[in-house]
Amino acid sequence: MVDKETKKQDVDKLSGVETTGHEWDGLQELNNPLPRWWLIVWVVTIVWSLWYFVVYPAWPTLSGATKGTYGYTQAKELAESQNEILKRQSNYLEKFETASFDDIMNDRELYEFAMAGGHAAFKENCATCHGTGAEGGKGYPNLNDDDWLWGGKVTDIHQTLNDGIRVQGSYDTRLSEMPAFGRDKLLSKTQINDVVEYVMILGGETDLTSLPGHLVYQENCASCHGQNGKGLQELGAPNLADDIWLYGGTRKDIYETVVNSREGMMPAWVNRLSQNTIRQISLYVHQLGGGEE
Amino acid sequence: MSWMDRHVFLERNSLALMIGIVVVVLIGGIIEVVPLFRQETVIEPVEGMRPYTPLELTGYNIYIREGCYNCHSQHIRPLRDEVTRYGHYSLAAESMYDHPFQWGSKRTGPDLSRVGGKYSDAWQVAHMIEPRDVVPESIMPSYEFMMKKGVNFHKIDKHLKALRRIGVPYSEDMIKNAKNDLKVQAYGSDRADTSGLEERYGETVNARDFDGQPNIISEMDAIVAYLQVLGTMVDFETLPKVESK
Repeated sequence: MVDKETKKQDVDKLSGVETTGHEWDGLQELNNPLPRWWLIVWVVTIVWSLWYFVVYPAWPTLSGATKGTYGYTQAKELAESQNEILKRQSNYLEKFETASFDDIMNDRELYEFAMAGGHAAFKENCATCHGTGAEGGKGYPNLNDDDWLWGGKVTDIHQTLNDGIRVQGSYDTRLSEMPAFGRDKLLSKTQINDVVEYVMILGGETDLTSLPGHLVYQENCASCHGQNGKGLQELGAPNLADDIWLYGGTRKDIYETVVNSREGMMPAWVNRLSQNTIRQISLYVHQLGGGEE
Repeated sequence: MSWMDRHVFLERNSLALMIGIVVVVLIGGIIEVVPLFRQETVIEPVEGMRPYTPLELTGYNIYIREGCYNCHSQHIRPLRDEVTRYGHYSLAAESMYDHPFQWGSKRTGPDLSRVGGKYSDAWQVAHMIEPRDVVPESIMPSYEFMMKKGVNFHKIDKHLKALRRIGVPYSEDMIKNAKNDLKVQAYGSDRADTSGLEERYGETVNARDFDGQPNIISEMDAIVAYLQVLGTMVDFETLPKVESK
């Protein structure tokens, strides 16, 4: 308590420290000051916050927020850090941007640059469906083999990557529609069973012309898949004579394909990735195992 | 410093203390709340944003119901590595029709702001049914039940109406046709007339059988329709380019 006469705080006799004058049941609170260093840091943070307030965007107003005298924006900072990388890559990028696929494949340095970029971009964007090792899965083609649905030249791969397959609302997308022979009642159940039987042994040595499925196949399937079942890449019609099946090669799988059709879809990347990245992935996929000249 | 001792007055008059507290809380509240009334001044206008279609909105509601935001963010920060991985950083306008927004704060799974169009419908469906079928290392739960659970769309027009009251620009026409739009979008242009839907929500609206089950409009249809539109509305060509120093 403040002494009325001396105007001084009471001093605790034991510790020699002033008291705050608060007393609870005879217990008095000592008025120990904050450590000086702590107080200085505290004042500095207040000064710093005032500086921050002025130079950085900070205070909301009725017509937006204060812009700060530094003109800082996160978008600018991002552009700067992106430019830093682009500058580092510019040695290669400038050449890469204008070079044709042939030029790149003949220039070892550029090719390695494309492989590094393609590998990273593949892992993030393609591996989700095609697998980390591009091994594919049911409905997602294996990219390591030389069995291509839409062509295995690097330019074919580039086009597939750009515009995708069966992308709704795209005019440039790769498009083929196998009829749903069963669902739309284009073939009877017997005919479907016959043609499934036929497709399963297609590609072997035996003469199949006597099989009941032969006529059904030649009339309904051959125009796209070819008389011998070798497929047609211009139409995206798979080769049925080999042992590679996108949706499985068991009787049940093929039956399901003929009845309902499959129509797998691959997204278009032209608006999602930069042309440089798409070209890098094209080259990367091309060298995975089955790239055609 | 005698003015420092004035607190004694407040501490001994509960009414004065109460008024004091109210004043202080009000000041804090005003500073926090008032800027929200002028939110539109910090949302930069962009081309292409539209409210969700009824089917997408149903998917959005399922997204919230299942707590997807607990593991997935919808906010690409303006950092180089994030932009490289996920695409253009998120804009304020892109979540202005989300009530509540789905920015999230944790990425156990990847960011979903721009997942729209990145994978095929078939992949999304396979992934929702059993994530490990397509991503072996995934720890996401299975949402197979959505295939069998039909969408409850009898009250969808009320959802649109409620959102309109808090500022989402759904037109009278959109609300009136909500149920039909929902059906039409899940049927696709092969099986229904999508012209009305396109007129109301733009030509780029995805209308197809998302879950591959033509006989049911399932919750899978809705959630995939929602995922496939995420981050695809804005036309980034029209944005002013940011130049670095």
